Amino acid sequence: MSKVHIRARVNGDPVEFLAEQGMTLLDALRDELGLTGAKEGCGSGDCGACSIMVDERLVCSCLMLAPEAEGRRIETIEGMARDGGLHPLQRKFLEHAALQCGFCTPGLLVAAKALLDQNPDPTETETRFWLAGNLCRCTGYDKVIRAVMDAAAELRQAHSA
Amino acid sequence: MTDVIDKPKQDGPDLKVVGTRPVRPDGVDKVTGRAAFGADYRLPGMLTGRILRSPHPHARIVSIDTTKAKALAGVKAVVTAADFPDLDSEEYEAGESAADIRDLSLNVMARHKVLYDGHAVAAVAATSASVAEEALGLIEVVYEVLPHVTDVVEAMSPTAPLLHEGMITQGVTPPPTRPSNIAKRFASQRGDLEAGFAAAEVVIEDSFTTQAVHQGYIEPHACVATMTEDGQSVVWSSSQGQFMVRTYCAKLLGLEVADVRVIPAEIGGGFGGKTTVYLEPVALALSRISGAPVKLVMSRDEVFRATGPTSGTAITVKIGATRDGRFTAAQVELKYQAGAFPGSPAGAAVMTALACYDLENFSIIGWDVVTNTPKVAAYRAPGAPMVAFAVEGVIDELARNLGIDPIAIRELNGVRDGMKASYGPTFRNIGFQETLQAAREHPHYSAPLAPGEGRGVAAGFWFNVGGESTAALHLNEDGSAVVVTGSPDIGGSRASMAMMAAEVLGVGADRVRPVVADTASIGFSMLTGGSRTTFATGMAVTQAAQKVVESLKARAAMTWETGAEHVAWENGQAICLDPAKDVKALSLAELAANAARTGGPISAEVSLNAQGAGPGFGVHICDVAIDRETGHVAITRYTAVQDVGRAIHPAYVEGQIQGGAAQGIGWALNEEYVFGDDGRMQNSGFLDYRMPVASDLPMIEAVMVEVPNPRHPFGAKGVGEVPIVPPLAAVANAVRGALGFRMAHLPLSPPKVRAALDRSG
Amino acid sequence: MSQLQYYAPGSVEDAVKALGAGGRAMSGGTDLLVQLRAGRLPPGPIVDLKNVAGTQGIRQENGGWIIGAATPAALLGEHAGLVAAWPGVVEGAGLIGSTQIQNRASLAGNLCNASPAADSVPALIAARATCIVAGPGGRREVPVQAIVTGVGKTSLGPGEFVLEIRLPPRPPRAADAYLRAIPRTEMDIAVAGAGADIVLDEAGVCQDVRVVLGAVAPTAVIVAGASAALVGFRLDEAALERLDSAAQVVCRPISDKRGTVEYRTRIAGVLARRAVAIAWERAEKRA
Repeated sequence: MSKVHIRARVNGDPVEFLAEQGMTLLDALRDELGLTGAKEGCGSGDCGACSIMVDERLVCSCLMLAPEAEGRRIETIEGMARDGGLHPLQRKFLEHAALQCGFCTPGLLVAAKALLDQNPDPTETETRFWLAGNLCRCTGYDKVIRAVMDAAAELRQAHSA
Repeated sequence: MTDVIDKPKQDGPDLKVVGTRPVRPDGVDKVTGRAAFGADYRLPGMLTGRILRSPHPHARIVSIDTTKAKALAGVKAVVTAADFPDLDSEEYEAGESAADIRDLSLNVMARHKVLYDGHAVAAVAATSASVAEEALGLIEVVYEVLPHVTDVVEAMSPTAPLLHEGMITQGVTPPPTRPSNIAKRFASQRGDLEAGFAAAEVVIEDSFTTQAVHQGYIEPHACVATMTEDGQSVVWSSSQGQFMVRTYCAKLLGLEVADVRVIPAEIGGGFGGKTTVYLEPVALALSRISGAPVKLVMSRDEVFRATGPTSGTAITVKIGATRDGRFTAAQVELKYQAGAFPGSPAGAAVMTALACYDLENFSIIGWDVVTNTPKVAAYRAPGAPMVAFAVEGVIDELARNLGIDPIAIRELNGVRDGMKASYGPTFRNIGFQETLQAAREHPHYSAPLAPGEGRGVAAGFWFNVGGESTAALHLNEDGSAVVVTGSPDIGGSRASMAMMAAEVLGVGADRVRPVVADTASIGFSMLTGGSRTTFATGMAVTQAAQKVVESLKARAAMTWETGAEHVAWENGQAICLDPAKDVKALSLAELAANAARTGGPISAEVSLNAQGAGPGFGVHICDVAIDRETGHVAITRYTAVQDVGRAIHPAYVEGQIQGGAAQGIGWALNEEYVFGDDGRMQNSGFLDYRMPVASDLPMIEAVMVEVPNPRHPFGAKGVGEVPIVPPLAAVANAVRGALGFRMAHLPLSPPKVRAALDRSG
Repeated sequence: MSQLQYYAPGSVEDAVKALGAGGRAMSGGTDLLVQLRAGRLPPGPIVDLKNVAGTQGIRQENGGWIIGAATPAALLGEHAGLVAAWPGVVEGAGLIGSTQIQNRASLAGNLCNASPAADSVPALIAARATCIVAGPGGRREVPVQAIVTGVGKTSLGPGEFVLEIRLPPRPPRAADAYLRAIPRTEMDIAVAGAGADIVLDEAGVCQDVRVVLGAVAPTAVIVAGASAALVGFRLDEAALERLDSAAQVVCRPISDKRGTVEYRTRIAGVLARRAVAIAWERAEKRA
């Protein structure tokens, strides 16, 4: 089976790669582009560890074929810290000890950022339901939810300042 | 070197680093996607491996023909059991508990029989995943399908299909003459059971079952392995112990231990499930044939079907008490499913069953039973949560029956310092009563319940262990330090290692960089398990730091031309106590910069076998609301109180408590292995194996009680396992409160709750 | 799975041709890719319909609504007009998987995957929605309930695919609702589901009702006795009891890892009652 040539923008940069036609976008990011921040926890869209943004929408990259990325704008965890500084969500995850093993963390951060981008002031319930697609087995979610809410508050303050 | 340390604890107010909440040293790597887990490694020339697994729960392997697979272009190696040494039975202690090397080998690759759906029968390595997958389809396995048994009680029947034809039950005298699926009998007793029950004014007896559940780590097992023609091997893998992986790989492949180097990847959750090997020996065998590095990564389906869940169980508990609530006797019989090979945590369950209580008369019998299900692996306090579910449920009924507050009845019967534990030793410095008291005084316990809600309380115990650890501390020329250990960081232990070293050195935690080293770069360390790392490896780190401080003091003395006894170490600097010398204090940085002139590099390595891990106790309070039409149970409030000795990094201690509680809640409510009549797992994915998601849980309040462990330099006790012990019972007791009757069979999923309501009228 | 062929046509004609040649239709892919990966479907060329003209977007026409068949479910929930007109349809679509899945999964995919438990289907059938099916013979409009014929089976012929979903105009005092039962609070397949669409008269008496159940039979089923139970009545406990019984009568569920026959049947009655009560309350507010 011949591979397809794919052009996309990843974390702002143009990329080109070859992929087998049935390859998932997750495998392409990890194996063709060397971006291993997105993880495969299930391969069926049930754990969210592979979460990325495609054209500003949150998706599971394990449920997208690499050829579907043609011409798309993709954001991964590797693009979240900007200009040498962590995103407030990343900082709050560290301050609140919202990670233990850290495997689900990239997906949770990408999903949480998608939430705050469209809802800067989510309630705890809204946050919990938005993040229900991101399994974490270490934390019981308590500190994750606190970190997201705290980051939201900080971002709101920065915005109004 | 074996070293038993017994130092008085340092007092809290003197501690500057221990007890604070610094950002973890590996944190930035983990929030930016840089941290490299098992599947993130990639080597030049690397091949992709895949494993062929049995679709049958029990079958004889008549033949395996790999000719066509080997002939496929791009296939570089195909292995079956014939490519591994046929090992003799040998008990070996490298994982969390002793394992039989032959069983381990047969679990990694089936030889004559497959014993569960998902059992590995062959593996391939190829130039791409798609070629490897195609090759799997070309391997021809002829099976003679045998009758199977997946349920623990059915497996004990004399008419059940036999997994191991020659297996004679151990621990029974005289030994049985006929083989069975019962691998071992455990027994523990004290006093006069009959007299104890005769003295009872109330006796409650009930039978309970719990289902097999999986650890549910989000990272599937993964490794890369390479072996040269002369047998020198390197493995990169995600596990709870690089030394455990090294030992097992050497044993299973017949290699010198020195020829196997294991480099620990970051581990994406383990909870006991990564205390053994599945992939690493297979990847090495494939590399040995192909001559190239081989990567093996499990799918989630493989993780569920082929790696360790914990036992499904059947447990009967009978407890007698006087009218005023004092326990007079207890009798427990527990049957634990081991999966395909012996080794369920029935023994630990027998030891923990009544460990919270002071009992003059008891008898506990445990059975370890093989079934056609994946071989169980350790899961957080292995064996304890299920028996606690049963024992704490009966105690809850006793309290209700006698009209005694559930915490009060536990305070009345709970163990205290100086009492002889049900499992043997005498308790010292335990905090069970303090934990009960903190739970009783917590606002949650007296908060009013909404109509229809129920509240449950349950206690739990875990031994916590010490064991062998090595740590090295290297002081750098600028006064910063590197602390090296052999203990994988499974939930923030790098932070606590750095903090303990920093505390001793008298510097900030950010001046100490912790490293988890490979098997060739640090001395032997047992795996991260048994809640041992902060205790035992922390002890090695502390001692290494103390040695460095001694060296620093000696060098300061040399500089000042005085005796070392005239030098004190305070706040990260050497102070001269010699009244004859008028000198300024020397800072750690100054001493480090001068190392070459005072004797060379400053570093220390300590290897020890730590004893004296303090047992841990937890008490959980759970509120539930039940939709009586749908049977849905919602956890509305949850508080977990635990004696932690002393919290080194309180935020990560809380995290352990919250995470353990969440796993226990999942076990109580919805998680379960569902087997079809065909003996195959029906729900081998996260969609239908229902672990709690964020919207299923409330905030989980972790309350730390600190009764310091004097055997640890800072008072630490293990904390990781205790929190999964009480939740099954705490949730079930809350449901009991809300429903008005007890449900003794987990999980308390909506269909079962609704059915129970319908039966109750 | 990596050996699959992938094709993304831009026109209806090209899509029809590719599907006619044996291709498998994909819109969001959130079910299809999982099934392919698990080996539950034989591998075959994939025809991605997301780029086909007309499969994306939500628009109003002649008082009714037209939803491009491959429109991600999340866009339905973000469309204020649609949410106001058809809250139940939006609820059903909004329950298909996580936030991540919502940004991919579509109504057509949820429908044509032909799972008995599809969350969006009961509400669509209750709403009397139709599908525009494109195929070698041109276009035809069929009711949603005519698409799925059994578990994993549809009435679509070779080369045919669903291009649009159409929702009729709303009379006043009409509203819909969808509810499902799952063991967790999210991320589950419905153990049972119920969609309800109701029209009241000015006095608050039920004029017309359709209740549809999911996950209790090989396909979504219309509760035949719903009209007899509710039309001509006001909302009260007796009416809901009649509906509960009528709902249980049409259930032909299976026992599996997600629920027993008994549980599914009882819960279908509960959900039917609750969905109708919600739809009723919504309809009253529109009076």
